[in-house]
Amino acid sequence: MARITLDHLAHAYKANPRTAEDYALKEINHVWSQGGAYALLGPSGCGKTTLLNIISGLVRPTRGRVLFDDLDVTDLSTEARNIAQVFQFPVVYDTMTVRENLAFPLKNRNVSRERTARRVEEIASLLDLTRVLDRKASNLTADMKQKISLGRGLVRPDVAAILFDEPLTVIDPHLKWQLRSTLKEIHRALDITMIYVTHDQTEALTFADKVVVMHDGAVVQTGTPDELFERPAHTFVGHFIGSPGMNILPCRVEGATAFVGTSLISLRRTYRTLSDGERIELGIRPEFVRLQPKGAGLPVQIRRIDDIGRARIARVEMSGRPLAASIPDGISIEGNEASLVLDPNHVHIYANGHLVAGEATGGHAA
Amino acid sequence: MSGTIAVGRSDTKSIAAPQAANRALSGPRVTGRVVVMTLYLLFLMLPIYWLLNMSLKTNMEITSGLTLWPREITFDNYIKIFTDESWYSGYINSLTYVLINTVLSIAFALPAAYAFSRYRFLGDKHLFFWLLTNRMAPPAVFALPFFNLYSAIGLFDTPWAVALAHCLFNVPLAVWILEGFMSGVPREIDETAAIDGYSFPRFFIKIFMPLIASGVGVAAFFCFMFSWVELLLARTLTSVDTKPIAATMTRTVSAAGMDWGLLAAAGVLTIVPGALVIWFVRNYIAKGFALGRV
Amino acid sequence: MTKPLNNRAWFFVLPVFAIVAFSAILPLMTVVNYSVQDTFGNNQFFWNGIGWFQELLDPSSQLGEQFLSSLMRTLLFSAIILLIEVPLGIAVALSMPREGWTVALCLVLMAIPLLIPWNVVGTIWQVFARGDIGLLGWVVNRLGIDYNYTGDPIDAWVTIIVMDVWHWTSLVALLCYAGLKSIPDAYYQAARIDGASRWAVFSTIQLPKMRRVLLIAVLLRFMDSFMIYTEPFVLTGGGPGNATTFLSIDLVKLALGQFDLGKAAAMSLVYNLIILAICWVFYTVMTNVDAERERIEA
Repeated sequence: MARITLDHLAHAYKANPRTAEDYALKEINHVWSQGGAYALLGPSGCGKTTLLNIISGLVRPTRGRVLFDDLDVTDLSTEARNIAQVFQFPVVYDTMTVRENLAFPLKNRNVSRERTARRVEEIASLLDLTRVLDRKASNLTADMKQKISLGRGLVRPDVAAILFDEPLTVIDPHLKWQLRSTLKEIHRALDITMIYVTHDQTEALTFADKVVVMHDGAVVQTGTPDELFERPAHTFVGHFIGSPGMNILPCRVEGATAFVGTSLISLRRTYRTLSDGERIELGIRPEFVRLQPKGAGLPVQIRRIDDIGRARIARVEMSGRPLAASIPDGISIEGNEASLVLDPNHVHIYANGHLVAGEATGGHAA
Repeated sequence: MSGTIAVGRSDTKSIAAPQAANRALSGPRVTGRVVVMTLYLLFLMLPIYWLLNMSLKTNMEITSGLTLWPREITFDNYIKIFTDESWYSGYINSLTYVLINTVLSIAFALPAAYAFSRYRFLGDKHLFFWLLTNRMAPPAVFALPFFNLYSAIGLFDTPWAVALAHCLFNVPLAVWILEGFMSGVPREIDETAAIDGYSFPRFFIKIFMPLIASGVGVAAFFCFMFSWVELLLARTLTSVDTKPIAATMTRTVSAAGMDWGLLAAAGVLTIVPGALVIWFVRNYIAKGFALGRV
Repeated sequence: MTKPLNNRAWFFVLPVFAIVAFSAILPLMTVVNYSVQDTFGNNQFFWNGIGWFQELLDPSSQLGEQFLSSLMRTLLFSAIILLIEVPLGIAVALSMPREGWTVALCLVLMAIPLLIPWNVVGTIWQVFARGDIGLLGWVVNRLGIDYNYTGDPIDAWVTIIVMDVWHWTSLVALLCYAGLKSIPDAYYQAARIDGASRWAVFSTIQLPKMRRVLLIAVLLRFMDSFMIYTEPFVLTGGGPGNATTFLSIDLVKLALGQFDLGKAAAMSLVYNLIILAICWVFYTVMTNVDAERERIEA
């Protein structure tokens, strides 16, 4: 059990990286506190797995250090790091029984026979593997095999952290929920740091206390699920999290007013530091954009209405730009013309993709 | 499930991970592997080097004492082979029947392999087994009956006799290899093509063949290989006109003793076609030797 | 994943059936025909029934004794070959470099002996092992070991075995390498996470994953060594004495050398039956392995 610190960490698969593009993982400074449940969220190819493999020692970083508590483990092998990792596709030792598979990591570390046996039984019952303990692992389904892989990750009680690399990819959807809550229970019971890599936002948001969002080899935001939703630090986060994602509109900002095409939007905060060369965008989640019958507010044309179950989402066009808006219950709209009302508390301004704080406008504190 | 994991991006990982592994692990294991490999390659190359070495020496030098490299390099042996028709025609004869055999084997094997990979039919398992047993049949058993057979139908001493005889073991092998590769192509592709209105021949040539192209390459490689290296049947079924190079080599024993230099030069030249073929397929060797079945 | 039943598929198989039948069944009928007859040359044949077979399988007769000893020599040879080539092939496959241009280089060099005509392989070793002009023979003699493969049966055996190891180990190695390449990286990573030793990685991951290719390797090597003819024929001609006369050499001597067609034919049939039986065992084992694999994947 340990706090894991990434200190000026960067990695390139090429030898002699020069430009930023050569790096699969751009410089990262981050602390994973002991006992946390983290999700590492990002699309395929953003460097999540690389980061995970650096923490477990399968990959040695090009630059920077990895610390477990205060111990520098950058040069330590995986075996010496005392860490567990579960991979995307099931890995089982074909010639062994399920029991032997689960005992394997303990046997390799010379844990006594009784303790191993006890621990294997515990993990097997947690993962509902008790029935098949004495079967050959190679004859089981992919689901079962992945449970065995999970079990081998969980079986060592003293690890510094357990890393999961999209572990539920091959699992059936109904089992996914069940296994995820099992993992959560285990996390609460054992007080072990867990890092869970996924590209599925639902998985990340339900599993983790803290979510680290990665994009293009860099960490773009770290925060609780709420923070990611309310205040995305990067347009990517806004877009990637939430369904549908955040509306991102190119705009021009003067003081406390944003111009989107011909529409004027007044802002809660004043932005004076924006320079001309930057790409300025306005972001607001569809949840905070309300559609109303034509009248006050920004005039829009309705293109389509999507019923996504818990809500209705209108796809509209404002000054030629597509936008998603929520339709409050009990409101029906005739024709194609309507108006939008934006919640000013949830309008964010981004410069080159990054959130700009702005200054409080006379008396309004954020 | 072997195929599912090797998706695009993971290639970079698979290269990088062992690299990191090597660095993290202690030195001796790495050098141990290098030592084994180096010794093995040395063991493979020494006899071949010796042959090359001898082929560049004069007979005087060969018989007068052991020299590790030619003191006086001579190309006379090679010049003799390339200028004497009875020598170089041997190469042409060999290559002729090898190529005929390769083309025949693949052409015959393709439809059969398709049938085995796609359908069940009466006696399929037994037929497949019977075909394979012919791959295992000792040429020595067939030498004499083949001689009778091909003499009777007037093919004796033609490349066709040898090419057809080699089909005995190459066709089953080609069927086996191609069947493995074809089974790796999902049957849905056949069905989709049929729905899209492709006639069977057009589907087979336009869609299916490109998908199993590497399998055809591998099968052709093995047919080439086994036809090129076989001698017993090739020698038995030819006499003067189509004598294979390997048989011509026995001529170096003459009344004046062994012409070692010439023998060595001829030997070196028989290695060349094989080495060339390997060089062209070097990137497919690993996959090829899995015969589409790993 | 069951394939549809379609007996018209026979039309696809017909050409192969025809050509292999032409090359296999017709000659085999000739052989059967010869095997029950006797000849005194001059193309006159007499009915001999199962006489040749009785003689062949009766170890007290001259032919029977000759056959039995050739068979034993061949089996011993195959056993030794497998015991050396399979472990060595695995070791070489495990020693393959993992990346870079050296991979292609090693593969090409390893494959070269496989594509050398078999009599040339014999010639190469005939020269290489000679005491006067061959490097190997010369060095061994210089080391104070009396070595002469044309005179001493043990030396002849050692030379043939080394030659076969030289010739064919690469086939085993390349098959194993192909098997190793198919193991996903995640297996090695998981093993490192689990703290597995080098030996554990080999015995729990690499060896089980190589099982199938190893089976193919053993089958091919057994069959080819059981049928070996050209290389020892060129190297030793079956000598000294009969020390390296394997079944094939014996057979060709009988058939093409002495034109003892009846004996040779009977011997061919028995030889073929032995091979058929061994082939069947392998085939059964292999299809069982396949069936097991398919069941797992389903």
